[in-house]
This record gives sequence, C-alpha cells and structure tokens, in this order.
Amino acid sequence: MGIEEKLPSGILLTTVEQVVGFVRKTSMWPATFGLACCAIEMMSAGGPRYDIARFGMERFSATPRQADLMIVAGRVSQKMAPVLRTIYDQMSEPKWVIAMGVCASSGGMFNNYAIVQGVDHIVPVDIYLPGCPPRPEMLLDAVLKLHDKVQNTKLGAHREREIEELDRRRMRMLPLVEQTGGAAQ
Amino acid sequence: MLEWLNPVKGFGVTFHTMFKKVPTVEYPEVKAPTMPRFHGRHQLNRWPDGLEKCIGCELCAWACPADAIYVEGGDNTEEDRFSPGERYGRVYQINYLRCILCGLCIEACPTRALTMTNEYELADDSRESLIFTKEQLLAPLLEGMEAPPHAMRLGETEEDYYRLGSQDADAAARADERNSEAVQ
Repeated sequence: MGIEEKLPSGILLTTVEQVVGFVRKTSMWPATFGLACCAIEMMSAGGPRYDIARFGMERFSATPRQADLMIVAGRVSQKMAPVLRTIYDQMSEPKWVIAMGVCASSGGMFNNYAIVQGVDHIVPVDIYLPGCPPRPEMLLDAVLKLHDKVQNTKLGAHREREIEELDRRRMRMLPLVEQTGGAAQ
Repeated sequence: MLEWLNPVKGFGVTFHTMFKKVPTVEYPEVKAPTMPRFHGRHQLNRWPDGLEKCIGCELCAWACPADAIYVEGGDNTEEDRFSPGERYGRVYQINYLRCILCGLCIEACPTRALTMTNEYELADDSRESLIFTKEQLLAPLLEGMEAPPHAMRLGETEEDYYRLGSQDADAAARADERNSEAVQ
C-alpha cells in the first residue's frame, strides 16, 4: 500500500523530520565552555585518539554564533553564571546543551554557596553526563545519545504536541522517596 | 643544489602518514576494556544463595564526600529475610549526578556489599533517571541464587555467612595467583 510499493528499487523514502534530524545531528558544532578539569577530558575527546570529528564535530567553535552545542565542562560559579547565559543566548537556534561532569549537572561535591547547583538553573540541559571527570568515551557516549535525541526530534506542530506530552508526563512523575510529612507519621 | 625538491619533500610527510597505524579508538563500535579496577557504576552484591550483602549500616553514605548515597535500613524478620543478620538496606539510592566515583564508599563497606563495576555509559537526559534505586544497583541473580526474601541457607547464623565471605576471598585470591602464574 502507498507509494513505497510503486517506486522502483533503489529509491528510499523518508520523512522531512528524519532528514532534518539527520542533517542537524551530523554537523553539530560545539562551543567550548571549558571551566575546569572536565575541559581537559573534553580536549582529549577532540584530539586524535578519540577524535570527536568522527561525529561531525569538525572543530570546537570559539564563537558562539557559529555553534549548535554547548558542552558545559566543569563547575559553574555564581560569577560565571551570567556569562554562561550570555553565551547561550548568542548561539543560534537550534541549540543543545550537554552538562558534562557532576559539577555542571548538579553541583557535584561542591554543595556550597559559590557554585551553581547544576547548569539547568540557568540554561535548558539536554543530556546530563555524570563522572568526575567523565572519560572521553563517556563524553562520546553522551554525544551519541544526544544525536539520537536530535534525530528523533519532531518539527512544527508535531513538536508542540511533543512538548505538551512531555510536560504532562513530568507533572505525573512521582518522587523516588515518599515524603508524607510530619502529620501523617 | 636540490632545493627545488623541498616542496615535494613536504608531501613526503603526508604520504608517509598514510601507512602509519591509526591511533584513533573506534569507540561506539569497539569498546576497549577499561583497567580492571576502573571506578564505574556501583553494584550491590549478593551471597551465593541470593540474599543481599547490604546490612543497611549507612557507612557508605557517611563516607561519601558528595552526599550522593541515601540509605534507609530495615529490620529482617524470620518471614521477610533479605540479608543474613538483623538489618538490611530497605531503601538504597545513589545519585549519579553527585557521585564522583571516588570509591570511598567501597572502602567503607564492612561486608563488601557495595563494589564498583567497569560500566561507564551513564549519560541520560533527566535528573530523575540518574538517581539509581536499589533495583537498578543490585547484582543480577546468578545460577543457584533465589531472589530474597528467603531463609538463610548457607549457615545457621550471620557469622557463618561472614566466615564464608573470607573463604570466598581467599579462594578468589588463590585463583588470581594461579591465573597470573599461568599468564607468566
């Protein structure tokens, strides 16, 4: 049924969403946001041994205007937070964020007043990558998981519906530890 | 003399590199094994009969420099026995967005219930899914193991289990020695 069966062999059909997803994921340029030790591992991932260029990230962009992906590598101090937000705002749409390492993801072991407790307080994060610091393979794994996500992102009205569905699911989510409060105990 | 050759010599480097061994890892297709003692994801171990080794003492949570571990102990009863001895870990959670994989919890664990695996692919897209609960951390049931709760099968008291553990460790150490000798 449909047009697929009438086509001669060798012609592949796909959806616009899949094509756009493929194009987006295979040429994603990261903006460097190295802040601490995770940046060393990020540099290592860019070197010849791990070679992030295999995944279409040909260079780390030094200007946010030409970047699609911000890899926040390291702990974000309160003083750095507005800078990070500015860089994110300067990036052109569509843009994605990887929180690399526990400090960027949640504050990590630095549970104090100087460190932002997770960059998701400032920018929307697509992939959280634990590890202190994560090895380059872990970063590549995070990048591949992000690629998967980008490939399956919907467009236009479908995207709006997807966002609504995600919101609904989030509202229904239950906490991991049941907290009944003092009166019930 | 032969200065006109210099521009050609430059290409020699390029040509030579084509025959060199490529150092790039083929990560997603070929996963190179980590060092055997690499600090990866945690695992909650079991005794050979399937009972849990964790006794809910919270020493791991106290040792944790990042406050990533949350433990709530529970009492074993004769009907509901999860571990040999009095107590077991009723709730066990590790927040991988805090955990720095330092291994201090492993050193603190008195029953070797908590160890680390070499698994490192942990990235995910929400904070909630990176808080691992007890079900995710528990070791899989091997042959001869039965999921708790059930009675103690390898001894009368918990002491028998703990002595068994040291025998296990001795046997493992001897096996390691034999292996290393065989390798040499």
